[in-house]
Amino acid sequence: MRAGPFGALGISFRVMAYLDHAATTPMLAEALDAYVAAARQIGNPSSLHADGRCARRQVEESRERVAAVLGARPSEVIFTSGGTESDNLATKGIFWARGLPRVVASAVEHHAVLDSVDWLGSHEQATVDWLPVDDLGRVSVPGFAELLAAHGPEIAVVSVQWANNEVGTVQPIAELAALAAQAGIPFHTDAVQAVGQVPVDFAGSGVAALTVSGHKLGGPVGVGALLLGRDVACTPLSHGGGQERDVRSGTLDTPGVVAFAVAVEAATKTQQEYAVRVATLRDDLVSRVRAAVPDAIYNGDPDRRLPANAHFSFPGCEGDALLLLLDAQGVSCSTGSACSAGVAQPSHVLLAMGANDDRARSSLRFTLGHTSTEADVDALLAALPGAVERARRATAWKTPR
Amino acid sequence: MSGGVDSAVAAARAKHAGHDVTGVHLALARNPQTYRTGARGCCTLEDSRDARRAADVIGIPFYVWDMAEKFHEDVVDDFVAEYAAGRTPNPCLRCNEKIKFAAVLDRAVALGFDAVVTGHHARLGADGLLRRSVDLAKDQSYVLAVLTRAQLDRACFPLGDSTKAQVRAEAAERGLAVADKPDSHDICFIADGDTRGFLASRLGEAPGDIVDAHSGAVLGQHQGAFGYTVGQRKGLDLRVPASDGRPRYVLSITPKTNTVTVGPREDLAVDIVTATRPIWHGEPTPTECEVQLRAHGEVARAEVTVDGDGLTARLHTPARGVAAGQAIVAYRPDPAGDIVLGSATIALSERTTAEPGATAADSDPVGSADRSGLVRAAGAPSRA
Repeated sequence: MRAGPFGALGISFRVMAYLDHAATTPMLAEALDAYVAAARQIGNPSSLHADGRCARRQVEESRERVAAVLGARPSEVIFTSGGTESDNLATKGIFWARGLPRVVASAVEHHAVLDSVDWLGSHEQATVDWLPVDDLGRVSVPGFAELLAAHGPEIAVVSVQWANNEVGTVQPIAELAALAAQAGIPFHTDAVQAVGQVPVDFAGSGVAALTVSGHKLGGPVGVGALLLGRDVACTPLSHGGGQERDVRSGTLDTPGVVAFAVAVEAATKTQQEYAVRVATLRDDLVSRVRAAVPDAIYNGDPDRRLPANAHFSFPGCEGDALLLLLDAQGVSCSTGSACSAGVAQPSHVLLAMGANDDRARSSLRFTLGHTSTEADVDALLAALPGAVERARRATAWKTPR
Repeated sequence: MSGGVDSAVAAARAKHAGHDVTGVHLALARNPQTYRTGARGCCTLEDSRDARRAADVIGIPFYVWDMAEKFHEDVVDDFVAEYAAGRTPNPCLRCNEKIKFAAVLDRAVALGFDAVVTGHHARLGADGLLRRSVDLAKDQSYVLAVLTRAQLDRACFPLGDSTKAQVRAEAAERGLAVADKPDSHDICFIADGDTRGFLASRLGEAPGDIVDAHSGAVLGQHQGAFGYTVGQRKGLDLRVPASDGRPRYVLSITPKTNTVTVGPREDLAVDIVTATRPIWHGEPTPTECEVQLRAHGEVARAEVTVDGDGLTARLHTPARGVAAGQAIVAYRPDPAGDIVLGSATIALSERTTAEPGATAADSDPVGSADRSGLVRAAGAPSRA
């Protein structure tokens, strides 16, 4: 019998520890119940008969629930298929509607914004300004002010994420949005990682558009929303039946929307106590990882940070080797960004924060969620030291034989 | 797991045998974008998806390992450099030697694995001897013979006892969608199959003379000696017909003078092959055995002698189209599958006796330095 890392380490049972809630988190029981109940009913919300009106009522009540807990008006909630669509709609749609040549985004955006903005530069003749970040991943407010002073009248749209999906750094969104508002520029924020984790208030933040996704906060995959200020012009990406303020055509996914609203409401209402609980767990994880691997580098802003995020570089290791070894012991985590071929690329976020290629490749993200317990952290710490030691040996293949 | 049927069935068999198996697909393209739409090769995104689906069906974990940089250095750059030096490399052999059973194996062992399992058609049994596959048409022992004892000790080839048809049938039985996926025959990093174009884009055009081996006369021009292979007949575009009207073949390529030398077919024959960097598994030499001089090539009876840094084979019947850079692999015929005795890289091939029908067999109008120069095998290096 040839043994893999699993057997070779003498572990005879598979410990399950899901530490990748930022990738997707289990659905909340109430959201799943709401989904199933709605899915049993018939009715296209655009139909005029009783069944249609019933579906429409559920959609509109969901819209009101989402609006209420996120500080928006119901008419500002545009249901979409999720974060990627919302980010595409906001960046491309506002760019097209405004007819101005410049687009501004931070260098650490999720690919849904990063690649949309990059595409506007390569295919729509947009001039793109990438906002740099410091070593903690923060966008500079004075730097943004300087950019606005130099190019404000040419800027069509600005997009800066509320919180970073890899290193968890929370951006100074209110300050940045206020500057953009003064200059009369619509400001979009990708708040996919923020809603339910930190307080998010659409009106209070002063942003013009905000992306939220269902499956990151206990709702279903495939549904999300773009909160879009009523006075913000946005050209649709796809054309059809004119649903959702004529900005997002397509039959609404009633059960998805219903479950999404339940999840947004639950996640938002319990946000404070959740954040305290999960941050305590996270802090424990961080201190134990540092004790076990003293040279581990804790990436991101230690203070203004998502409560469930812990992100490390493990010098001398390759992130994908660590991931394999932890996976073999039932610990699920993430290396950060991966391309569609599944090849671990050095994280653009870490590189933007000034990390070198090796440090970027040696990073691993652990994210907690509503189902996380101390046992998950225990399982990680049981597996991590051995995995780090092995991963360090495995980097030897790179050195000349 | 390349995404093909062989590695999928190999993985399934290893798992079925009770091993703790993890599927690994190698990302070998530096820029995967350029490979995205390619239907050929073994490192497209489509192949990666096929491999992933096979792993799902087999029920094993699956990862993609990025070996692009190492592959480029050790296989692609080497391939180009070898052609530039007038030799004919075998990139699949090099990949086995430097990537699959070196970089991948080392990394795997460090991570806690014991062996690398591949879908190569070759036998490696309990006796530790590497043997030909039962399917002689698909046998890949030639491109595995470069492996050292230590590498073989950590290798596992579950397909050697099966024919390709049996492997496909088993894949279908196991519900693997790759069961009827066509074989790949091309060099995986040359997506369009145009080896000459690939080399030209890297080495640039280098016009030179095509010279008659016997008269020394310049018969035509070429745009780069790397575009020619020993034994090649077509595409020479010679303006001057041969005096006897018979077809002419590429006999040698001489990078130093950027010359392609052509002559009659019988001049391709050689009977002494000298090779470097031998891997030898202990059989005392000199020994009478069989040698294979290129992938899927015919075997020749020979007396093989191995000393410290070289291997010499005296062929009992001359062979044609023997190219420097290719491997010479020595086999001991055996009813349980011909046994690989060892291999080495062909450096030089010479003729010591006149072949019947040859004219001026030993004369060398181009000069001995050129004639002993590195000759190249007919045909493009085939993927094995």
